[in-house]
Amino acid sequence: MAGVPFDLQLLNLCAALLLLLSFAMLSQRRIVNLVNLLAVQGTVLFIATLLIAWRTRQAHLYLSAALTLGLKVVLLPYLLHRLIRRLEVYWDAEPLLNISGTMLIGVLIVVFSFGLAQPISALASTATRNAIGVAVAVVLLSFLTMITRRKAMSQVVGFLSMENGLFFGAMSATYGMPMVVEFGVALDVLVAVLVLGIFFFQIREQFDSLDLHHLESLREDATSRRRE
Amino acid sequence: MEFLLLIASPLAGAAVLAVLGAKRFAPQLNIAFSLVTFLSACALTARVIGAGNLTFAREQFFIDPFNVFLVTLTALVGLTTAIFSRPYMRVEMEHGRVRAPQLRLYHSMYQLFMTTMLVALITNNMGLLWVAMEAATLSTVLLVTLYRTGPSLEAGWKYFVLCGVGIAQALFGTILLYFAAEHVLGAEGVSALLWTHLNAVKGSLEPKVLSLAFVFLLVGYGTKVGLAPLHNWLPDAHAEGPTPISAVLSGLLLNVALYAVVRCKVLIEGSLHSSLPSQMLMGFGLLSVVLAAFFLWRQRDIKRLFAYSSIEHMGIITFAFGMGGAVANFAALLHMTVHSLTKSAIFFAAGHAAQKSGSQLMDNIRGLITLSPTIGWGLMMGSLAILGVPPFGVFASEFLILTTAMRQQPWATPVLLMALGVAFAAIFGRVQPMVFGETTARRLPHPPALLPVFLHLGLVLALGLYIPPYLAEWYRAAARLIGGG
Repeated sequence: MAGVPFDLQLLNLCAALLLLLSFAMLSQRRIVNLVNLLAVQGTVLFIATLLIAWRTRQAHLYLSAALTLGLKVVLLPYLLHRLIRRLEVYWDAEPLLNISGTMLIGVLIVVFSFGLAQPISALASTATRNAIGVAVAVVLLSFLTMITRRKAMSQVVGFLSMENGLFFGAMSATYGMPMVVEFGVALDVLVAVLVLGIFFFQIREQFDSLDLHHLESLREDATSRRRE
Repeated sequence: MEFLLLIASPLAGAAVLAVLGAKRFAPQLNIAFSLVTFLSACALTARVIGAGNLTFAREQFFIDPFNVFLVTLTALVGLTTAIFSRPYMRVEMEHGRVRAPQLRLYHSMYQLFMTTMLVALITNNMGLLWVAMEAATLSTVLLVTLYRTGPSLEAGWKYFVLCGVGIAQALFGTILLYFAAEHVLGAEGVSALLWTHLNAVKGSLEPKVLSLAFVFLLVGYGTKVGLAPLHNWLPDAHAEGPTPISAVLSGLLLNVALYAVVRCKVLIEGSLHSSLPSQMLMGFGLLSVVLAAFFLWRQRDIKRLFAYSSIEHMGIITFAFGMGGAVANFAALLHMTVHSLTKSAIFFAAGHAAQKSGSQLMDNIRGLITLSPTIGWGLMMGSLAILGVPPFGVFASEFLILTTAMRQQPWATPVLLMALGVAFAAIFGRVQPMVFGETTARRLPHPPALLPVFLHLGLVLALGLYIPPYLAEWYRAAARLIGGG
């Protein structure tokens, strides 16, 4: 990587780490570890934001980095860990697809993402070209995590990791969104986790479990039987 | 001033009702806040008619012909739904389906939902639009699960996950839009997400990035519009939540989500110089119409039936916006108005009908007309109106859409006509025995509020017979703004 400044190399390293973490999430079945991986992902995101803030000297990016640190590294993992303890869900059930199969699909997704990001990367400054492809890949891999999991808790981690991917995309493509929007998005994410917390207690109260196959009765044919 | 009140009133309502929402006078308080919102919407409209387009708060908010009529409509339906929900929720209390804490949550979240809808409509910032749409999902998720039954939790979870993932796609689309705009409007980021600024420079935005952005935005907001094949959350959320929520979901949320799609379409079509966005809208619209029409036959739950009918009508409107041009846009806007009014009126009537029969299953609802002629006629009239029987307003807009389709997209006309026919047979066949015949209904502990039902139907009838010139001028101005075709 001769000729590339050191801080850009670091940024590329962050992108690579994010991709690696997404694959780790895809294969992880212990929910506690899944939340820890989410926190690590948040930390990498925080470092990437700091790097970009330092490089472009935009003051509002430091604020955005602080927001990432507070929300994604500290607050959300803390809330999720508390939920896990109180709901006593530690393991996910066997995923709908076995791990190696999921990994293979994941590799294909990465190739597809870089293809999809091509027209955007072509316009971006050279510094962050790879990063946009990575961001798309992280979003789609998180989506895959959500699809293949059964427990509501792991789906939520997938959802939050998708949001991290989007944030990284915004950061690398446009050096962050306007501050109003970033605050709004952060607020929405926080409220989403709180709402889900309430929601999980309701689900558990009703079904004594957080396994989502309880939530499969609402089908066209089933509705009539259920109500009678 | 009116503008500030428009946002502040529901927001204050949410805060006050979070504390007092379970008191005896809470429903009246809910109505009062909605009334203030409605009056400020009217005042704002009057001002816009006089002064033209307005922007507020450093251009973060704006009013133009397209959103001003939706603001008034949203505030009106918000008010009438609040009036309807007063006796409805009291009956639910007596039947033991909700308790005081849930009622407090319900009232507070209702006002919060109204806030998010209004912010989404009047914001000029595409990022804030996204934030408000997401907040709308979050504020209604706990309302869908209000009854805490298994099916309602399932419906809520589906609603959250599908709309959450969908709206995440829309965020990515917004980021791409910002990315493209930044190259033109400069990196300072203050104006690069403002719709008015984007609209001014839409011709010079990078088309490749924008076409990608449109796909993400359409899928994202389209999920909330309930466009097939992303509509799965919609019938469940409508059927399992309390009826006032079904009414505002169908009457307001779908409209506002579609509004977001159309705003994006205007920008992106201006940049692409191709008909890709139009074709995508027409495709998704037509698919929704056809799919919903056939799914109507399989429904046994009255609220699910009309939820599918909402998907069908959203499909028709999306198709009309896809065709574009002055007439189709005019018809689409008119259809948005009359569908919203009619569908919420139907949900009001259906909600009381289900309460009287003690079941949402259509087989158990019989002979409404003997015990309560007003509810029976309300349901009958509403169904006829939504099916496009003249002289109701839906007939006028559907007629306009069909004749435009014959001229611009002749291949689509038979498909549309067939779907409308199928839907007519499905709904009419179900509603008739519910209204006439032997009765199974019982008396309710609180007299139902039927004023909203007949107010809405009256408005729809009036719009079918005569559109006042200033309203028509308004629609025309909005149709010009949307352009295309």
